[in-house]
Amino acid sequence: MVGSDAHAAFIGVTKVFPPAARDQAPVHALGPVDLALRRGEFLAVVGPSGCGKTTLLESLAGLVAATSGDIIFEGAPVLGSAPEGLGVVFQEDASLPWLSVWDNVAFGLRRLGESRSEIERRVDHALAFMGLAGFSRAYPAQLSGGMRQRMCIARTFVMRPRLILLDEPFGALDQQTRLLMGDELLRLWRETQATAMIITHAIDEAVLLADRVAVMSARPGRIIDLVETGWARERDSRIVADPRFGTLTARVWEKLRVESLKSIGRTSLQEARSP
Amino acid sequence: MKAVTARAAFVLGAALALEGACRAHLVSPMTLIPPSDMAGEALALLTRPETLNSLAWTVANVAAAILASIAVGLLAAFILHRRPRLRRALDPFLASYYAVPFFVLYPIFVAILGLNRWPLILIGFVFAVPGMLIAVLDGLDGVPPIIFKLSRLYRMSRAQTIARLTLPAVAPAVFTGIKLTVAYSFIGIIAGEFILADRGLGFAIADAYNRFDNRTMYGLMLLVLALLVAANSGVHAAERRLRRRWERP
Repeated sequence: MVGSDAHAAFIGVTKVFPPAARDQAPVHALGPVDLALRRGEFLAVVGPSGCGKTTLLESLAGLVAATSGDIIFEGAPVLGSAPEGLGVVFQEDASLPWLSVWDNVAFGLRRLGESRSEIERRVDHALAFMGLAGFSRAYPAQLSGGMRQRMCIARTFVMRPRLILLDEPFGALDQQTRLLMGDELLRLWRETQATAMIITHAIDEAVLLADRVAVMSARPGRIIDLVETGWARERDSRIVADPRFGTLTARVWEKLRVESLKSIGRTSLQEARSP
Repeated sequence: MKAVTARAAFVLGAALALEGACRAHLVSPMTLIPPSDMAGEALALLTRPETLNSLAWTVANVAAAILASIAVGLLAAFILHRRPRLRRALDPFLASYYAVPFFVLYPIFVAILGLNRWPLILIGFVFAVPGMLIAVLDGLDGVPPIIFKLSRLYRMSRAQTIARLTLPAVAPAVFTGIKLTVAYSFIGIIAGEFILADRGLGFAIADAYNRFDNRTMYGLMLLVLALLVAANSGVHAAERRLRRRWERP
């Protein structure tokens, strides 16, 4: 059941993709998934490759229609179109190369028909917050991968979403940059008071960022564990030195290891080692 | 050496070599006149009303063929991109398109459209439109799917998506298509005038050729060349301006 404090929820959600060719079987990618996001929390979802993490996120974003079950956002069902108040940061480079950084960030606000002064105020604030104020007139090709992703995050946050979905947003970045970007994300999450859900392969990233970590099974992906991290809202990447960080990471890995082995067709590490 | 300088040096060197060969009578003046004479004749031709009329006629025909090819090619590319079955069905025709000698269709075009500029514009159009169509189709194939996810997230209409996302994303391919369109329209219309018309620069070149008037013929040829270079340079400049904005390292 969905609790009264749930900001968004998956109730018995499944997704079956039709066969790609006549001689192939349908792909049962997801579910059934039951998961509720508490208002204002930071939830991370980890799972083996191909378990349906992105499908889960995109179904909440209205980009993929679930085969069965209900997806609820702010009490209303998500029915195949992006709900208002929801923002997504993608793993892929979603910058628009023909627009300057400033215009990239302003893109969504212009679609909403906001006044010019309001757009300027919000875009300038978002760029300053993400440390991109000095690059507002640059074009995406002039930025590093990390800066481009910061620009895409700014483009999402400038819309003031109440629910932010992040699909492996730092997947293409090096470890140091990932940690620093994580800090920026936490800072932004605190400032906006939004609910956040991040999909990631990286267990340490999930444990560092999230209030709760949802562990998914191998395909068809289901939620097999929910780990409360218990971190204070005011936190940053320095918590990796906290002894609890190692304990939490180990707990998540313990669950995930078995599922990861299943996803590559093995049941034990011994079997995985043997030719 | 910059590419522009190297290109200019190459053209100048070739012109000077030709000039020297002509002046030293290594090439017969019945075959080729010196480039400086061609340039002088071209300038002189530009003062004659009949040349200006021919020029205006040809430029108007080429412009009409280019605009029609761009509009139809762009529209057809969007339709075929959204209709994969139709595209698969038409692929063999597109692949073998230029094997068809379109000039043999000119009498049919004249019978349908009359003895005026429209059959020539149609020749230029049928020559140019596949270049635009194929280039834009390739460009549409390369548009990253993330663009369409953004469109859905921002709840954009189909028209907004095309205007604000798809067209800008596909702009480099559109420029490639325009360059091909310019070249093919010129070829189609000048060749059409050369063989089949009684007006235009192509006809004037053929007329000078038949009268053994080498000076006029080469002057007109230089004018056609200058016209083509100017048109292509305009498209290149617009493309460079766009790319400089997007691809600065």
